[in-house]
Amino acid sequence: MQRIGVFVCWCGSNIAATVDVEAVSQALAKEPGVVHSANYQYMCSQAGQDLIRAAIKEHKLTGIVVCSCSPRMHEMTFRKTAESAGINPYMVEIANIREQCSWIHKDILTGTEKAIVLGRTAIAKVNLNAPLTAGESPVTKRALVIGGGIAGIQTALDIADAGFEVDIVEKNPTIGGKMAQLDKTFPTLDCAACILTPKMVDVAQHEKIRIFSYSEVAAVKGFVGNFDVTIKKKARYVREDVCTGCGLCTEKCPVKKVPNEFNLGMDTRRAIYIPFAQAVPKVATIDADYCNMLKNGKCGVCSKVCTAKAIDYEQKDTLIEEKYGAIVVATGFNPISMEKFDEYAYSQSKDVVTSLEFERIMNAAGPTQGKLVRPSDGKHPHTLVFVQCVGSRCANCAEKGKEYCSKICCMYTAKHAMLTRDKYPDTDVYVFYIDVRTPGKNFDEFYRRAAEEYGVHYVKGMVGKVMPEGDKLMVRASDLIANKQINIAADMVILAAAIEPDKSARSIATMLTASMDTNDFFTEAHPKLRPVESPTAGIFLSGACQGPKDIPETVAQAGAAAAKVIGLLAKDKLKGNPCVASSNELMCNGCSSCERVCPYGAISYVDKEFRGPNRTVLVRRVAQVNPAVCQGCGACTVACPSGAMDLKGFATKQIMAEVDAICK
Amino acid sequence: MEKNLNNAREEIIRRSGVNPSKCMKCGKCSGTCPAYDEMEYHPHQFVYMVETGDIEPLLKSQSIYRCLSCFACVDRCPRGVEPAKIVEAVRLEVIRQQGANHLKAEGVAENLDEEIPQQAIVTAFRKYTK
Repeated sequence: MQRIGVFVCWCGSNIAATVDVEAVSQALAKEPGVVHSANYQYMCSQAGQDLIRAAIKEHKLTGIVVCSCSPRMHEMTFRKTAESAGINPYMVEIANIREQCSWIHKDILTGTEKAIVLGRTAIAKVNLNAPLTAGESPVTKRALVIGGGIAGIQTALDIADAGFEVDIVEKNPTIGGKMAQLDKTFPTLDCAACILTPKMVDVAQHEKIRIFSYSEVAAVKGFVGNFDVTIKKKARYVREDVCTGCGLCTEKCPVKKVPNEFNLGMDTRRAIYIPFAQAVPKVATIDADYCNMLKNGKCGVCSKVCTAKAIDYEQKDTLIEEKYGAIVVATGFNPISMEKFDEYAYSQSKDVVTSLEFERIMNAAGPTQGKLVRPSDGKHPHTLVFVQCVGSRCANCAEKGKEYCSKICCMYTAKHAMLTRDKYPDTDVYVFYIDVRTPGKNFDEFYRRAAEEYGVHYVKGMVGKVMPEGDKLMVRASDLIANKQINIAADMVILAAAIEPDKSARSIATMLTASMDTNDFFTEAHPKLRPVESPTAGIFLSGACQGPKDIPETVAQAGAAAAKVIGLLAKDKLKGNPCVASSNELMCNGCSSCERVCPYGAISYVDKEFRGPNRTVLVRRVAQVNPAVCQGCGACTVACPSGAMDLKGFATKQIMAEVDAICK
Repeated sequence: MEKNLNNAREEIIRRSGVNPSKCMKCGKCSGTCPAYDEMEYHPHQFVYMVETGDIEPLLKSQSIYRCLSCFACVDRCPRGVEPAKIVEAVRLEVIRQQGANHLKAEGVAENLDEEIPQQAIVTAFRKYTK
């Protein structure tokens, strides 16, 4: 028989205002097993905890019930209190009489009655509780970073600098991500490549970092501290260890008309290519969709010109198995498709471009060598119209746009407008905006400079439509402050397209069992207090995969994610959850139902010898749970037809006792 | 009078099925309106004035007859406000008032021209004598 102590908390007036705490503690004192019952103003305070500790000693308690707030709030607190007074932490049960009782009832009689029932339920459970000890699992002291943009690069560098090994998996042939495509960065206007490429080189040269470029995560198994990851290294038909990156093959390849994705298809590359001059790793890749040799065996020019003998047309995709203790998701973003915004004529005119395309046009390494010309005829544009919020803040067009604010557009548009006016003073630049949002250090000053010093025309109002007419783009828009409709004959229109998470994020989230919101951004464990952790233990978030972010914010978050990873990898062992499943081997009939439903692969079957009647030995196939892998979800206990599977701390017997106590 | 106009606001909102507070004041409706120059009050103003209850100027304005009901504003509004439906509801508020026709039967003759079909003239007399 247990000796149970009941402690009813007032929580100031949070509970005491709608629950008669004295009546509750008196009623619960009469329950079977209860030898002590008390109430106190703040049970979680130092004085309240001392009260519990004293009662444990004085009444030789073996279990306690605390009637207070949600266990999410203070279960750990009271478990520690119990442990410090010498009883097993799993002999503590919390009856939630605040969130589920006092806060939702107005009438003190109803509240008190319900609080008594909830307390009685917890007592019924404690009567059947048994001490549990958490197992320990080792930590693989290595981290995986998925995505090699600025977020992934910064996270990897910070983890590696702390002395842990890091692997970066990047789906493209080079790391660098979106930032490598940018020209200048707001609000300081330093060149993106100048600040990014040294970091890319740092990554390549860091002895603790390995880069798996042109690779994808194919499968993830395991749990925090012990992930088993399969990485698919796609065939690039070039031996990475041999290629010197001289680029001769990319000049001699006869297939010249391949759209260059690095310049968003505004120019062409060869079938064998290096995305850009500062690529890391600087290794050529053959695009199998265009290579004549791979398609029909007729060519082989790159192989002939390669002095390093790096070309290997026989290369296959390879699968690599690796172990990690922590995984950081840094899968980034993309601008949304503009195809459905017919009113802006993106599909009709080459001179209507997205901001990322404009970024490439302005970039010295871009398709026009940084010269601002119209994509259609190569002429210098005189009138440029920037349209903000294209697809952002779009509540009505889920199939077209996004409901959220993409956050970075106001600032990069100010940058584009400013740079255009700075380099080409003969231009007229209009920016149509709904609101200009510039929260950030030196951001508003930057925007005002564009308007005041560079003479950018900021117009409050949206562009209604863009109509190509001859070689002009007729822009019709409203000026809400002047209460006028304006028509501008523009040479170029630049659309600030909304941004969305990279399409690969959804399948990665599924593999990691990490949750996402309706927009496919990864969900953080707590929106304010745990912003870089996923609710799934051991999974961390870095950069725009969690929400729209600019570079400074991304770098800050990348460092924060790294700090959390380092905190995890610095531990030698992780304490597990002792509330895991276990099978009663005498009852198990070997049906494998539990093995099939287990989402964590924690159950395996073994042949085991049992004593039969008349000194015979029977060999039976029985289920065994790996407690280090089991997460205590309880799926197997429901699936088991013979009732052999049970969950420690949440045994069927205990739950039935609780139900009985409620129904009494 | 004030009470009536307050009713008019509710009636216009009910009849149009439009919630004007969904408007984020981007002006895309007026930026796309082909009848903009013909209108004293523009699509975004209709939404704002109904939202704030400033209905009377709209009822008196010729703008309600200038809207082409092309629904470009409905199609392009990023927030799904549907301004054309508000304009339509304001127009109905005027048309459905008994004795508040903007033409009298006596005035029909002045507006006649040779192109008007016979049936339209008969209908006009039937309507404006009420």
